[in-house]
Amino acid sequence: MSADTNTREALLDVRGLKTYFSSGHGGKKHVVRAVDDVSFQIFKGETFGLVGESGCGKTTTGRTIIRLYNPTGGEVYFDGKKISGKLGRNEINQLTRNMQMIFQDPVASLNPRMTIEEIVSEGLRVNGMRDRAQRLELVYNILDKVGLTKDHATRYPHEFSGGQRQRVGIARALVTNPSLVIADEPVSALDVSIQAQVINLFNKLKEEMGLTILFIAHNLSVVKYFSDRIGVMYMGKLLEVADADDLYLHPVHPYTKSLLSAIPQPDPLFERKRARVAYDPAIHHYEEERPQYHEILPNHQVYASQSEVERYKRELGQ
Amino acid sequence: MSDKILQVKNLCVSFSSYAGKVQAVRDVSFDLYRGETLSIVGESGSGKSVTTKAVLGILSGNATIESGEILYNGADLAKFQDKDFADIRGKKISLVFQDPLSALNPIMKIGKQIVEALVLSGSTPKGEAKEKALDLMRRVGIPQPEIRFNQYPFQFSGGMRQRIVIAIALASDPEILICDEPTTALDVTIQAQILELINEIKERSSLSIIFITHDLGVVANVADRVAVMYAGRIVEYGRSEEIFYNPKNPYTWALLSSMPDLDTKEQLFSIPGTPPNMLYPPPGDAFHERNQYALKIDQREAPPFFRVSDTHYAATWLLDPRAPKVDPPPILTERIARMKRRAEDVR
Repeated sequence: MSADTNTREALLDVRGLKTYFSSGHGGKKHVVRAVDDVSFQIFKGETFGLVGESGCGKTTTGRTIIRLYNPTGGEVYFDGKKISGKLGRNEINQLTRNMQMIFQDPVASLNPRMTIEEIVSEGLRVNGMRDRAQRLELVYNILDKVGLTKDHATRYPHEFSGGQRQRVGIARALVTNPSLVIADEPVSALDVSIQAQVINLFNKLKEEMGLTILFIAHNLSVVKYFSDRIGVMYMGKLLEVADADDLYLHPVHPYTKSLLSAIPQPDPLFERKRARVAYDPAIHHYEEERPQYHEILPNHQVYASQSEVERYKRELGQ
Repeated sequence: MSDKILQVKNLCVSFSSYAGKVQAVRDVSFDLYRGETLSIVGESGSGKSVTTKAVLGILSGNATIESGEILYNGADLAKFQDKDFADIRGKKISLVFQDPLSALNPIMKIGKQIVEALVLSGSTPKGEAKEKALDLMRRVGIPQPEIRFNQYPFQFSGGMRQRIVIAIALASDPEILICDEPTTALDVTIQAQILELINEIKERSSLSIIFITHDLGVVANVADRVAVMYAGRIVEYGRSEEIFYNPKNPYTWALLSSMPDLDTKEQLFSIPGTPPNMLYPPPGDAFHERNQYALKIDQREAPPFFRVSDTHYAATWLLDPRAPKVDPPPILTERIARMKRRAEDVR
């Protein structure tokens, strides 16, 4: 760890997180290592992007952090306190207020039989705010912030367009004034023109409310645009973590290189010359040498074995 | 390239619904040349899929082709009855769907599905079909085709399934391949492989491709020519370079600058509001309500196509000689300048 990362305060600290899913019994037992020994930190006020292909475990990571899944191993610390494993009722209440989630599908994640007011204020009610007038004031306040109006509060989700529904999802997450928001593919279900509206809204709210965001997505251009630091996941492992620009300019891990080389860009002349780098996981020989996180550049970690780290360093030196 | 294989002229398609008539495609005209890839871009609901469904005669029951012609090989497909399509659909014009899992039969072996396509297209006798199916699987890059031949769709990954769907589409040796968002459901690395495959097939067999997508990066990769659709109309068309480096229509500007690319730092240009309800298409230019560059005439009269170059046309009143001179949003001009610098650096 360099001096820089030490001075910044980690809001979320994930240490050796493992989430396994098993199916079958006895001889047919099959274990899927959805998240396998993942460690990273998210600092106060930053946006941490988590990218990877479908099935790489990025969503499971987010859901395990917010306690939707029980971790198989490892620990999660939030604001210095351990939040994985058994917690008391008070601690859970405290946590749910401070950590919120925004889901991918704005249709499926809103209860069709609740009004927007009920949806948005539910978090407040659960957290013990009994006075409806008080709740309503906060609801109106947050609706205004996400670009909806007072009149919307009495309506039902089906009366809204996709972009507006995602705004409701954002309002619901932010109404309790959380310090960490986990956004799981918040824009991938939206149309291009609406995507830009929601991304700009996120940027505005991030500044106004001083949010820390874990941004999970597969669209690398969007992640690059939106995140301060980015982690790349593959097959349950976190392979590389670096500042957004650094990761795109100096990718170290061969998988990161392959992923970056696959992004199509809206530039026909560039596209004609773009060469895709293929990634073959068989190039690693981890039976002989166990991989670990190494800080290869300042604030730039890579998951590799010792000999690989030396090779990567030589490549970077060129 | 001068050989027109498909001509769509003034096509109008509407759907009848309880609420009234939804005008999904309004006066769309385009040509498809032999051996080219024409990409149709637009948001959902802009009518891009409906246009190609009309070409294949697979519009849903409540849809009607109100007017217009679809000329293919001297015949007007718009006037075809269902049975007339038997010789064309899947034989001369094939389709690759967005979701490869729902396009395949889950309880039929992959090999049999390809053989079925070959035999039904009438090009191959049953005896030779298996050999030809294995050939097709090799052609679309399936490793160990002999083993894969006897497997079911669930045993294939998303990218492999899409390769199979492409193999089936190619079974009859079609002249036109319509790809409806073929990579939207796939991961970026798999997407790159499928795009490479489609480009390679096009090169090898002088296929004409209509490629529907909303991802401008993908368009830049595959397209020779691009048509931009909004609210059921084509608003701009031209060669790929012309659309990306010299766009003229405000909607194209908005579309291009609302997506971040890898170098974007500034605030994104977001289009306010939502696409119009096509039950009541707005009069004049459908984009005028969301368009910061809209002129007064946009509210009354839809703009005709203005010529930018021989291959590049845009429907916007801004190109009228009487219109004020307007520059594209700065985020876009900067990006285009950056792309041009990069192109020179590579050289």
